[in-house]
Amino acid sequence: MSAPLLETRALCRNFGALAAARDIDFRLEAGARHALIGPNGAGKTTFVNLLTGVVQPTTGAILMKGRDITGVAQAERVKLGIARTFQINRLFRRLSVLENVYIAVAERVGAAPSMFRPAGVRRDVVDESMQLLETLKLSGDAARRISELPYGRQRLVELAIALALRPEVLLLDEPAAGVPSAESHIILDAIDGLPRDIGVLIIDHDMDLVFRFAERITVMVSGAVFATGSPREIAADTEVRAVYLGRTGHG
Amino acid sequence: MTEPLDHPAARALAERHRLRPWEAIPWLLALGFYFAFPKHLGFGTELLVTVLFALSLDLVLGYAGIVTLGQAAFFGAGAYTVGILAKQGIWTEPITGLILAALVAAAVGLGSGLVLLRTQGLTLLMLTLCTMALLEEAANLAHDYTGGFDGLDSLPIAPLLGRFEFNPLYPTTQYLYVLVVLFVCFVFVRTLVYSPFGQSLRGIRENMLRMHAVGAPVRGRLVLCYTLSAAIAGIAGGIWAQANAYVNLGTLGLDRAATVLIILVLGGHGRLYGAFIGAVAYMVLSHFLAKIYPTAWQLGLGLLLVVIALFARNGILGIVAALGRRPAPRATS
Repeated sequence: MSAPLLETRALCRNFGALAAARDIDFRLEAGARHALIGPNGAGKTTFVNLLTGVVQPTTGAILMKGRDITGVAQAERVKLGIARTFQINRLFRRLSVLENVYIAVAERVGAAPSMFRPAGVRRDVVDESMQLLETLKLSGDAARRISELPYGRQRLVELAIALALRPEVLLLDEPAAGVPSAESHIILDAIDGLPRDIGVLIIDHDMDLVFRFAERITVMVSGAVFATGSPREIAADTEVRAVYLGRTGHG
Repeated sequence: MTEPLDHPAARALAERHRLRPWEAIPWLLALGFYFAFPKHLGFGTELLVTVLFALSLDLVLGYAGIVTLGQAAFFGAGAYTVGILAKQGIWTEPITGLILAALVAAAVGLGSGLVLLRTQGLTLLMLTLCTMALLEEAANLAHDYTGGFDGLDSLPIAPLLGRFEFNPLYPTTQYLYVLVVLFVCFVFVRTLVYSPFGQSLRGIRENMLRMHAVGAPVRGRLVLCYTLSAAIAGIAGGIWAQANAYVNLGTLGLDRAATVLIILVLGGHGRLYGAFIGAVAYMVLSHFLAKIYPTAWQLGLGLLLVVIALFARNGILGIVAALGRRPAPRATS
């Protein structure tokens, strides 16, 4: 069997006395639709930060297609094909939607360091950005500033920026968080429409979203993997239910 | 489906670097000033140098979002480069002298930027201030070369292109020389901010974390931008020293750094022409306020700044832009 797209081996991360990640063995297969769930404080965001290189592990290893990338810097991991969205929007708020995506595409194709030609001369970058907006049904808002958009559409731009990087691994940190339920279908539709060859890991509390979307689920509790299985197995797992029912009010 | 470039947003991005007719206005005014006010060319020269200096600040502050209070460090580095080289009789040719000033200031910018730009916010602000204070003190102590507190005067600057003398009483040469240098630097900065590199600087300004997440070498971009800005500030300082045949500790001082910051905030940062508007507004206002209230003229400026900070965060150009903004028609896909 070939190496998985993304794999962690005995990954640990301590913040002082707090073990935010404990011995995490995790596999994300190519083209996977994988969900990571767990109560608040389970270490889900720390895990995303470990995978993207924002945080370095205390011990353990991260491999991409069998290659050890534990020491690879964040920017380099993006080049290797790992992209993420943020739980709280991190957008270029005073720039237009098109410019937001342009910045990401320009980084990927290596146009961004160019200093002496106007940005608009890179028609390829403008075109690709525009086409991406078109597929996400965002082109109507292309000229608007982020700060003028309703929150649900801002979340869509989060996704657009990540997709502009043409990732092989896409980490979605609570993609529908904060979106009013009337708008949440646009996010769900967009996730449904993601290219099949991308390995997607979705981190969320929202069980409707997770069970609609995931083909495999990993449950994290207190920094460690508690259970992994198909949605059916996880739903039937009494211990998982106990974890969730035992800690209400996690949002 | 329409062709992507038919979309108004795509067209706006593809064409935003194109020159607009009104962009000729500041240059025509500057040329007009030369003929209309031959007795005030000294003031005009000072104004143009200030615009150039403010432009250098706009690149780091307005576009890359680097909050600095130490921009005069580079102005002073350029001024002292010209001053010391001329006073020691090593180099008096003005144009190459400016290039040397730019190189020295860029070196100071690169060296300090590599350290400073690891920090952000208040720490960064304090460190830029410290860098400038250190340079000022060094210039004060190196009395043999810098003239210490007295500075260096009567700098022997060679005639421009071997023909045009710098006459301190009739600064016609200075004025046109500074205007041409300002124009060249402006074209450079304008090209830069509309380039993909400039776009990535805006990205860093708007959200540094996201720039890391799209794989941008954020620190490298910032250091490069800081270095280029330092070079331009160095040119401003160098040309100031050449035009006045004089350099003193004031070129490195907090006063100068704070003034240029006020000018940029007044005019509007991140807008290229804010440097022009701000410098004109500041210098004309302080000129007249000083005439009317010789003892308390800074109070008027202070009040104006408070009003701008409270009600018009984007400066004078921000107000103009807000007035000129018609409700944009929403494009449909």
